[in-house]
Amino acid sequence: MTTVATMAGERAGTAKPATMAQALGRALRDSMAEDPTVHVLGEDVGTLGGVFRVTDGLAKEFGDDRCTDTPLAEAGILGAAVGMAMYGLRPVVEMQFDAFAYPAFEQLISHVAKMRNRTRGAMPLPITVRVPYGGGIGGVEHHSDSSEAYYMATPGLHVVMPATVEDAYGLLRESIASDDPVVFLEPKRLYWSKAAWSPDAPAAVEPIGRAVVRRSGRSATLITYGPSLPVCMEAAEAATAEGWDLEVVDLRSLVPFDDETVAASVRRTGRAVVVHESSGFGGPGGEIAARVTERCFHHLEAPVLRVAGFDIPYPPPMQERHHLPGVDRVLDAVARLQWEADN
Amino acid sequence: MTVQELPGAAAYRPTPPPAWKPLTDPAPLLPDPEPYRVLGTDAAADVDPELLLRLYGELVRGRRYNTQATALTKQGRLAVYPSSTGQEACEIAAALVLEERDWLFPSYRDTLAAVARGLDPVEALTLLRGDRHTGYDPREHRIAPLCTPLATQLPHAVGLAHAARLKGDDVVALAMVGDGGTSEGDFHEALNFAAVWRAPVVFLVQNNGFAISVPLAKQTAAPSLAHKAVGYGMPGRLVDGNDAAAVHQVLGEAVARARRGGGPTLVEAVTYRMEAHTNADDATRYRVDSEVEAWRAHDPIRLLERELTGRGLLDEDGIGTVREAAERMAAGLREQMNADPVLDPMDLFAHVYEEQTEQLREQAARLRVELDAEHGESGAEEGR
Ligand SMILES: Cc1ncc(C[n+]2csc(CCOP(=O)(O)OP(=O)(O)O)c2C)c(N)n1
Repeated sequence: MTTVATMAGERAGTAKPATMAQALGRALRDSMAEDPTVHVLGEDVGTLGGVFRVTDGLAKEFGDDRCTDTPLAEAGILGAAVGMAMYGLRPVVEMQFDAFAYPAFEQLISHVAKMRNRTRGAMPLPITVRVPYGGGIGGVEHHSDSSEAYYMATPGLHVVMPATVEDAYGLLRESIASDDPVVFLEPKRLYWSKAAWSPDAPAAVEPIGRAVVRRSGRSATLITYGPSLPVCMEAAEAATAEGWDLEVVDLRSLVPFDDETVAASVRRTGRAVVVHESSGFGGPGGEIAARVTERCFHHLEAPVLRVAGFDIPYPPPMQERHHLPGVDRVLDAVARLQWEADN
Repeated sequence: MTVQELPGAAAYRPTPPPAWKPLTDPAPLLPDPEPYRVLGTDAAADVDPELLLRLYGELVRGRRYNTQATALTKQGRLAVYPSSTGQEACEIAAALVLEERDWLFPSYRDTLAAVARGLDPVEALTLLRGDRHTGYDPREHRIAPLCTPLATQLPHAVGLAHAARLKGDDVVALAMVGDGGTSEGDFHEALNFAAVWRAPVVFLVQNNGFAISVPLAKQTAAPSLAHKAVGYGMPGRLVDGNDAAAVHQVLGEAVARARRGGGPTLVEAVTYRMEAHTNADDATRYRVDSEVEAWRAHDPIRLLERELTGRGLLDEDGIGTVREAAERMAAGLREQMNADPVLDPMDLFAHVYEEQTEQLREQAARLRVELDAEHGESGAEEGR
């Protein structure tokens, strides 16, 4: 029998280890419970609970009309979500994998991103598009793309990427509550990462659009997000052996972009490396480096460097470790900041 | 209020709009009400016994391939395997019905069709093993890469068939897709193009009941998937997908029709996926054992075996010989798959463009340095 003490503990929200996938599921559940206009739709989100089980239990709790297994058609799913949102619902769409969102690009770019603008503010679309994204899970072709550059290049969309369990919950709650469309990129390889977290009293997080300093330091800033955050944290620890005291900034969203936090950090440290796993050329790092340079030119003691995936189609799983930027590549970039540091 | 009731419109008699006439007669395009069958019916007597025996051999080999590949996932030798156990009749018929010059456009589940068409069993698995996206030269085998994004191979099949026809080649393309894939926009666009162009394409829908967890009833409200053909102006054919002779015959007729310029056909083969979606899926979440068992009684190998033994075309010895051949294939596959593939990381940069860009050359050089350092370190460790 459950003791009174543990029940009270549960009510008070005793933190227990929770995975990012569980926190995301809880965010969906809580949003649906609070707001009857929130609807979840996608492939296999109902009976199966999604291929990553993020939507597990929602169809049971809220019924098929609130958590719907759709026909297998991404353009149709997102297009239908547009209509649902036009009629006052708040659809949360699941794209099964990053590369399978591409059939829906026409809807996303021509309609989801532009409806507010086209209707001069009369018709905002509160749609959240959840996309399990990125590599590192040994997926075969088309299961590991990092597509954030396409999304961030489209005005009208928010692009949000949690890297921690707390943020997974907090940012998804806010995305669903947002009256603007949000592309919510869920780093697949962090789905099973755990943190002590309480579903009943979730820790408050910074809102969408604010970057967070995850580790403070003095000698250089690592600017990163999503799946690359743990890599950067590890690199920062390892770099202490070389006498580097690295600051790590987790962007948490690419759109809006938090220029203030990033610039303040780089002004303090004088050096910056941008780290992400999507291809470098035409990737988010270029935009970020340009912004940092524009704001911090006189504070910079070395060029802003980028550590990114290669400019190749995502490799087969047996070769993906060569493509994904790991700790060594980050440290190597940090070392390349050295020549200026020595002057 | 109807039009007739409008004041002053009493004399109005509805007629079709002036320009309207049916573009095509829908009646011949409609599928039969029930899936077409051959085994166990009078029609079986007309089938060449050689063909039945060939189909049987390939079916048994295919089943063994599926079980072997699934076993390899458990040993970590394959990243993932979407088994086609239960669907072998469709897979084999699709491969055998084509001439050498024809093209096959398989989906990720159709490894077996590719192998039955002559692809090396190991080469066919590179995608699923994870060493290469496509381990074979599609032109050499006239098999397009196993396609993961659903239905996207269908417009390719249409384009290829159309191009062949423009060149005066009597090549046919056979494109395979699942029941779930028929909901994708690409499916509709492919069928429409094919029909308008009268492209020599055969679309084979393997309706195995589920798209991962989603049953057919949540995928479509059409009377059958074969009925979808009518709307595009092509014939729809419904066939028992576990009846190898029937699938072979229906596809054969569709291929012949395409080859003589008669245009595309949509074939729906009604079958069942006996295993989970892939080894990573838990099928108990969305289906019940009794359904699986009902389909087990309609197993494609058993159906054919019964026909062949009943007619004295096959006996225990014959079955034994076929099984031994399948075992040999499985042993060979096992052995080859147990060897680690030798991969060159420089391959990552080799095939992005015809000529490597300066950036890719730089990136390749950087990786080379990293790899050398890695090897240097491990070499040093060994020396210690
Ligand atoms: C465009 C696209 N969306 C989603 C997926 C993920 N996915 C892979 S297989 C599958 C189900 C396919 O079902 P069906 O077409 O019936 O083929 P079957 O697996 O039954 O052979 C899904 C949703 C995908 N591969 N491509």
